[in-house]
Amino acid sequence: MKSFVSKFTSAPAVREYGGIVASLIVLCVVFSVLSPRFLVFYNLLNIVQQVSVVAVLAFGMTYVILLGEIDLSVGSILAVAGMVAAQCFAIGLGFWPTLGLTLLSGAIMGAFNGVLAAYLLLPSFIVTVATMGIFRGLVSLPTGGLPAPINNDAWLAIGAENWLGLPIIIWIVLALFAFNFVLLAKTVFGRRAYLAGGNKEAAVYSGIRVKRIKVIIFTISGVMAAVGGILLSSRLGSAQTNAGLGYELDAIAAAVLGGTSLAGGVGTMVGTLLGALIIGIINNGMSLLSVPYFYQLIVKGLVILLAVWIDVRSKTNRG
Amino acid sequence: MTAPQDETVLDIRNVTKTFGPVTALKDMTLSVKKGRVHTLIGENGAGKSTLMKILAGVHPQTSGEITFKGEPYRPKSPREARLSGLTIVFQELSLCRHMTVAENIFATHEPNRFGFIDDAELVRKAEELIEELGLPIKARAKVSQLSIARRQLVEIAKGLSYPADLVILDEPTSSLSESEAEILFSLIGRLKEKGVTVIYISHRMEEIMRLSDDITVIRDGELVGTMTREETSIDKLIAMMVGREMHDIYPPRVAPKPGPEVEPVLRVDGLNGGHLFHDVTFDARPGEVLGFFGLVGSGRSDVMNALFGVKRPEGGEIFLDGKKIRPRSPDDAIRQGIAFLTENRKEEGLVLAHTVERNINMVSLGEVSNAFGFARRSAERRAAEDEVARLTIKTDTIDTPAANLSGGNQQKIVLAKWLRIKPRILILDEPTRGVDVGAKFEIYRIIRQLAADGAAILMVSSDLPEVLGLSDRLVIMHDKKVANILDGEGLTPETVMTYAAGMQS
Repeated sequence: MKSFVSKFTSAPAVREYGGIVASLIVLCVVFSVLSPRFLVFYNLLNIVQQVSVVAVLAFGMTYVILLGEIDLSVGSILAVAGMVAAQCFAIGLGFWPTLGLTLLSGAIMGAFNGVLAAYLLLPSFIVTVATMGIFRGLVSLPTGGLPAPINNDAWLAIGAENWLGLPIIIWIVLALFAFNFVLLAKTVFGRRAYLAGGNKEAAVYSGIRVKRIKVIIFTISGVMAAVGGILLSSRLGSAQTNAGLGYELDAIAAAVLGGTSLAGGVGTMVGTLLGALIIGIINNGMSLLSVPYFYQLIVKGLVILLAVWIDVRSKTNRG
Repeated sequence: MTAPQDETVLDIRNVTKTFGPVTALKDMTLSVKKGRVHTLIGENGAGKSTLMKILAGVHPQTSGEITFKGEPYRPKSPREARLSGLTIVFQELSLCRHMTVAENIFATHEPNRFGFIDDAELVRKAEELIEELGLPIKARAKVSQLSIARRQLVEIAKGLSYPADLVILDEPTSSLSESEAEILFSLIGRLKEKGVTVIYISHRMEEIMRLSDDITVIRDGELVGTMTREETSIDKLIAMMVGREMHDIYPPRVAPKPGPEVEPVLRVDGLNGGHLFHDVTFDARPGEVLGFFGLVGSGRSDVMNALFGVKRPEGGEIFLDGKKIRPRSPDDAIRQGIAFLTENRKEEGLVLAHTVERNINMVSLGEVSNAFGFARRSAERRAAEDEVARLTIKTDTIDTPAANLSGGNQQKIVLAKWLRIKPRILILDEPTRGVDVGAKFEIYRIIRQLAADGAAILMVSSDLPEVLGLSDRLVIMHDKKVANILDGEGLTPETVMTYAAGMQS
């Protein structure tokens, strides 16, 4: 854990991620002292695995919040995607076609949100509150509300097996992190997303097609949610109608903990990954300590407030 | 209208203000006499706003004494300053857009009855005040429906709704048209008659010479000098402000001006923008500065918005190099080689929280990236460094947020971002609004150079001397139409105003 932390504190990133890294360290110290089972390699792997779904949703959410928007429908998209996969297998499709259709379903739902927000000029908060309900309802259509089992071995392997000594899920999270990090930090698309989020008017006047960017970003968020659905359904071995319920809040919390500004224009994938880790550590640590679930909710909320406050304070002191 | 000459209402003695290692104000001594208009001028960053903030109770001075109305004065908050009779009207608009004029004016001191707002009384008091001030505004109007200029007038009314002995007006005319500025000037006259003292901050030399009784010049946080209007002149003031002689603030032409034999690059024929403008016809030659002058509401900016594809015109044609174009969006216009520096640099020009570098490369990301859409870090930095050097943008590094720069340097960033695409048509809407004299001169120099390099420049400005000083030809607009197109040379302000006011057709 130490080398992991020092990697981030040595960089100039210490200013940017100072608050969140400090929170991570404090949490790790607290839980290591309280529970001998916390600071163990397998538990650390466990944390990353447990938080993998939230992390993937949070990657997509980072773009959305960066743009000054919000996507509350990701939990529901996740559930629909899981159900799409189960139905594809039920009609006898193989692994790859199912994977493609599942991701496509996420893209379609995300693009739907994006088009409504960008071209009908509806606030994304309202759009995604509505589609959160619509998509959640759609999940139950094929089975009438019952879970749908998934028997495809390759699909189940995603959530159960290792590759090069690490769970496949972790490789997927790392790969998606790398992809999103590069897309946001290194490409023209990423630059435009920051500009559009920082000042929409100025972006439009500079020839940036903000509406198109908005649709693309909601589509990315939808695809990330579909990946979340794939990871979750493969771990559970079935598609559940209430899968991912409330995950949108954890995803938003991870992005905001990681320094993404709800006002738009500010945020990084590194921050979001750290934010997701904090959420994972809190969940895991308190479970190890057998803290009742309702206390976990309270503590998680307080930690989020504290971390964001530290972050806001350190930033205002600077500027 | 002559007030007693010697009664000092505000006395500032040896005031110094430091922020950490930075000295913003150094040993400032200044006395303001009762019932007079005392103008404070200096380049942006000279220390005017620091002084104002001390007077407003935003932050205390580090050392030195201030006496107001014969009493030691050291307000702990803006509220305390106001209660002691000192009011400041800031240039930044701080109105609630969705509330009415009346509600905004009395935002912090609504007439109330047992804690409930007395709406009828509120409107009555607002109407009374507006009438007394002679402003063309309705008390019940929603602020969001008013133009920027009218909002500025509301801001002034709000400031004057408190009983005040001393009123500080911080660049009140920067967004006002001539006619609205006139309203303000007569208002200042009436304040003087009532014995109210006015401290006036402005960059506009003509109005300073017209309004002021006393003028104080500050530079780099220090007092340069105070004199009465009769003792000074515009040239003298400019020289004092910038610390160097500047005989003519309009730089000479770099290349000869293109004559009528030069084929126009842009031709606009009968352009019609619904209720915004009608039948607008003009052309622009490469290498030419084509000025656009007109009172606010004459449709100047709307024509530019149509050329840039922000709002599609309802009729008429636009030709670029003889080829008909229909800009559908800013993106489309930019690809045709049209650039547009809008009049609101903070809203439409810059992403203030982002760095100088990101802002400069905002339009030309394609130039600093590879074929796969990856940004080339070194190219981005080099482009920004080049522009910072070329336009002498004063910034610590290219990684400084644009918000930290002065108005003039921010404007240069917006210019830089457009220069990156080497536009053929460069539209400048109020390019020197809220920009200090030194930066103004440099912007004029850049405009001249760009024209010499072959761009056609359409320059909209409300600043008449500026329009006269720079334009090769001048399009005068009145009441949403082109009133006349005149050759820039030998034009007098009177001629231009006659057309702009619609007194001649």
